Amino acid sequence: MPATKFTPSIASRPVYGGLKSHGAVPALMLANGPGGEALLELIKADPSVLPHTYMIYIPEGCDLGRSLEACGPASFFEAASYASILPRFRKLLADAGMNTRLYLAGTEGLIGQATSEALAAGMLLEAIDAEHRGSVARRMQCVHCKGITENVTTDPFTCSHCGLTLFVRDHYSRRHAAFQGVCVDAETPGEIPPRQEIKA
Amino acid sequence: MTIQFNDETFRDDYSYHNSPAAIRRFPFPFDKDDYMYAVNMEPHAGGREGSPFENRFDVDEHYVAEMRDREITLKEDPLRCQSLPHMELAGWDLLELIMECKAEDYPELFSLHRDGDRWHWINRPLGIDHKFTFLDPTTLPYGPMEYITRQAQGDFALLDQREGNLWMEAGMVTSQADWSLDFDIGMNFFEWHAPVPLAHEMGIFQRALKFLLAIQQDTPSRRLNWTMTVNPRLDTSPENYHKWGPEKRTLTPENVGEKQYLRVELQTFFRLPRSNGLAFPIRCYLISLQDLVTVPKWGRRLHRVIRDLPDELAEYKGFAVNRQLIVDYLARFDDGKPTSPGIFPDE
Repeated sequence: MPATKFTPSIASRPVYGGLKSHGAVPALMLANGPGGEALLELIKADPSVLPHTYMIYIPEGCDLGRSLEACGPASFFEAASYASILPRFRKLLADAGMNTRLYLAGTEGLIGQATSEALAAGMLLEAIDAEHRGSVARRMQCVHCKGITENVTTDPFTCSHCGLTLFVRDHYSRRHAAFQGVCVDAETPGEIPPRQEIKA
Repeated sequence: MTIQFNDETFRDDYSYHNSPAAIRRFPFPFDKDDYMYAVNMEPHAGGREGSPFENRFDVDEHYVAEMRDREITLKEDPLRCQSLPHMELAGWDLLELIMECKAEDYPELFSLHRDGDRWHWINRPLGIDHKFTFLDPTTLPYGPMEYITRQAQGDFALLDQREGNLWMEAGMVTSQADWSLDFDIGMNFFEWHAPVPLAHEMGIFQRALKFLLAIQQDTPSRRLNWTMTVNPRLDTSPENYHKWGPEKRTLTPENVGEKQYLRVELQTFFRLPRSNGLAFPIRCYLISLQDLVTVPKWGRRLHRVIRDLPDELAEYKGFAVNRQLIVDYLARFDDGKPTSPGIFPDE
């Protein structure tokens, strides 16, 4: 699955520049699902990124763990979910030195949440490379109840917390690692447009 | 100067009203008969006597009622006031700025006595008499930004300046034209303006940012912005959109003059001395169309502006659905005569 090409949008919507090697410096690599392919391509392009790399992979149904581990990073960890990896990821960020690079690959939910953690830990945005692979599902914050709904694939969608029907904006908060969802029938309660699949 | 403060509400029964004097001093935002985005900055160095531009922080007949409305909104949603940890110093800068300006400009309403870092602040309209230690947050009931902006009309954003950009990292936002502080906090200048149509392509934000980055201490600037709001509601937040949204669809040809309000923001920009941040007060003024047309020049001009506005702007400002009703109403007050330049009423 190749890197996703998104339609150009507004200035707050993130763009992902893809993974480019920064050479033999300390690195954290984190990928989910087809994002593992982006890591394999990065390593193939420049194997020197590996010896100082701590690699985390969340398969989500993909079977790339064995190939990634076989590349020989300094450490490799396969995780069941982002939530389960979070304490370990935070510790790695807290321990990371000034010149550490972060390579992220996979869905927007993963890239966004990991970026938010890294920034909170004091990492600079320019030290983070990201490449989108896989589902274009969005992580949405309900502007009304503030609850996050993961893996939103349609517009409009139902807030998994307050139950309002929300339309999907391109306005994005790096701090929340989420797009903004706003009540679609606020002015005319009950008038809800047909659901459409979210596109890249 | 004494001000008679109105007993009025900005929700439920909407008893908000403008006195004849408040109508005359309304900051009408159009200096000609059409409107397009512009970096319409000017020095915030006083203005016509009695106008909202005369003082650095305008205090008017709505002061006490607006502060009461802010308190209600904050009780329901404390996220309307947020400050990222590194912004506390900018909060003290803002507190000092507002206290100094109000005590100088309205000595009969506000007093500030300073003995080193021991300060004594008196706010007579709100019945506050408070001694505290400047830069010691344990001597205030709230953080410095929240403390002072519970006593100052309008919304406030505090912007950090770094990396050649401005970052919105603290704010008190309870009277906003449909944007969320909780969502936008932490964004840079281009990101928080991302949803605005057309202006990015016109280079408006690049020019505005360049101007704002260069603002110096003691040379604040200002501009006017505007939108339309049904009912005199301060809290037109996205958070509560599902609560106030239905009101937008209650306009009829019979009630449009009474229920449709022109909403004007007096935006000012002050460089802060300790933090080097920017204070960005956004003061909201509301006037019903029926009050506005009592100034013939404004009735004529607003009709032409709304009639000829690009569709994208009417859509973004949220009144496209009511535009025809508004234009039809205002047309009755436009006799086609030319209007004089500038924003003020003809004498």
